Amino acid sequence: MTPQVRSTPELPLVVKMRTRGLSVFYGEKQAVHEVDLEVGVNQVLALIGPSGCGKSTFLRSLNRMNDTVDGVRVLGEVDLDGRPIYGPDVDPVVVRRHVGMVFQRSNPFPKSIFDNVAYGLRIAGMRDKAELALRVEKALRHAALWDEVKDRLFESGLGLSGGQQQRLCIARALAVEPEVLLMDEPASALDPIATARLEDLISELRAELTIVIVTHNMQQAARVSQRTAFFYMGKLVEVGETQRMFTRPKEQATEDYISGRFG
Amino acid sequence: MSDATSSTPFVRRDGIFDRILVVGSAGACVALLGMLAMVLLDIVIGGSGRISLEFLTAAPSNGMTEGGIFPAIVGTALLTFLMTIAAVPAGVATAVYLNEYAPTNSTLARVVRVSIANLAGVPSIVFGLFGLGFFVSTLGRAIDVTLFSGELTFARPSLLWAALTLSVLTLPVVVVATEEALRAVPRELRDASLALGATRFETVVRIVLPEALGGILTGAILAVSRGAGEVAPIMFTGAAYFLPQLPSHLNDAFMNLGYHVYVLATQSPDVEKTKPILYGTALVLLMLTFLLNVVAVILRSRTRGKLKPAL
Ligand SMILES: Nc1ncnc2c1ncn2[C@@H]1O[C@H](COP(=O)(O)OP(=O)(O)OP(=O)(O)O)[C@@H](O)[C@H]1O
Ligand SMILES: [Mg+2]
Repeated sequence: MTPQVRSTPELPLVVKMRTRGLSVFYGEKQAVHEVDLEVGVNQVLALIGPSGCGKSTFLRSLNRMNDTVDGVRVLGEVDLDGRPIYGPDVDPVVVRRHVGMVFQRSNPFPKSIFDNVAYGLRIAGMRDKAELALRVEKALRHAALWDEVKDRLFESGLGLSGGQQQRLCIARALAVEPEVLLMDEPASALDPIATARLEDLISELRAELTIVIVTHNMQQAARVSQRTAFFYMGKLVEVGETQRMFTRPKEQATEDYISGRFG
Repeated sequence: MSDATSSTPFVRRDGIFDRILVVGSAGACVALLGMLAMVLLDIVIGGSGRISLEFLTAAPSNGMTEGGIFPAIVGTALLTFLMTIAAVPAGVATAVYLNEYAPTNSTLARVVRVSIANLAGVPSIVFGLFGLGFFVSTLGRAIDVTLFSGELTFARPSLLWAALTLSVLTLPVVVVATEEALRAVPRELRDASLALGATRFETVVRIVLPEALGGILTGAILAVSRGAGEVAPIMFTGAAYFLPQLPSHLNDAFMNLGYHVYVLATQSPDVEKTKPILYGTALVLLMLTFLLNVVAVILRSRTRGKLKPAL
């Protein structure tokens, strides 16, 4: 399928994912209100906004992780390469193989480093030992973790430092070669050095996949993303090129938030 | 302490209540320990002299005034084993459904949980009657009529029915313990697995159950060790007063340590002569239960140790 090209006052965007009228409810409570948003291919899109504004909820509806929570209802459309991921005959499990996710708190399995990274591949049916080893190495290199763990692949993933654990989780997500990677405050539990490494990594990964990252750190959003979306009270207030958003926001609320006047 | 507070009546009264509470609860603890010590000492002193290789490997003889308890040990082991393979898989499967699959507001899950709570409160003699009425007389009869052209084969008390009756009694404990172990598995691990494209089933089998295994085994062993000592449920459903040979089929009756204690204590032709045997049997039963509990405690501390790096 050909990617759709959309012209805006800004640079044209090659759309990887698109939401239209996306609303998410927890029971009766609406957490996301009719969001129309496009994610450009090989770009990093940063989601910013005050706590509780629905960033995580929005992010989790991009790979149907909300389906795993009781009482969640999703309305509207989400497309990946123009194909609806909420269609009637779409298997959410398959969607998650194309759209991977890294969580706020690193959550390695209580297994070896190797088995952590190989998990998704084995689930997908890969049995060949040599091929698994190859893919695990590739994913660990991708996540800039290989050199630190190549001598201890069969030790527990829980023995790594916080920053290494988070990169292990990224390697685990990358191993299945998703097209889009969702990251929910991936650096919030890391020290500045580990955070800087993670940001470098995100910038490198962009060459091969599309990334959507939630962050509370404005500098981080400015450093790693090409586009930024500002959410407030479950609504998308404004979205645009990161540079423009941080220098000339169109909405007063965006400016107030970015300049630290609330949130 | 300032004058204002020391002159309020509350302080002094609280002090008295405090002291009464401390003395009272310490006394209760001592009484409890004392009773436990008395029971244990009585059985150990009375029984240890009796225990020998012969006692453990010979059958009762001379109207149960001599010989050993070998058939009762074998019967108890078989019963416990069969009960375990019936109760643990069913209990674990139930808990997995309740905790991993049922939606939080599911009516079915609520009904099952209430039933389990009620089942756990039923006196064990009622399970015995249920086993007799349902397994022996109804199920056994139906099997005989359909498979054995009415010939008495399964419609009588036997190892199979006693084990199933006991497994019904044990089931709630296994379910509750397993649910607890499953709840202790962090949601983050499930999320990580699902986000990698695993199905719910794959997540349960590859992540959740291995993580919960220690807790499940501990709970299962404790449940089984409790069930292994029960007498009332097997009295009408399969335990025998005395059998010259060991059970060789599922539909044979069997001897059992707990039931043997009961028999020796109430049905002996010569109370004085059976007394050492009675004590010896009680001690063996106690040691078997104790052994199972020790295994459970070891398993529990092992799994605790394993979890530590995650915290
Ligand atoms: N499982 C849930 N059940 C009910 N309400 C929820 C649930 N998860 C989130 N919410 C609610 O939905 C709203 C949006 O939550 P969400 O976690 O998406 O916010 P967020 O922008 O990610 O916040 P933060 O920056 O603190 O992570 C909040 O009001 C929150 O209370
Ligand atoms: Mg969040």
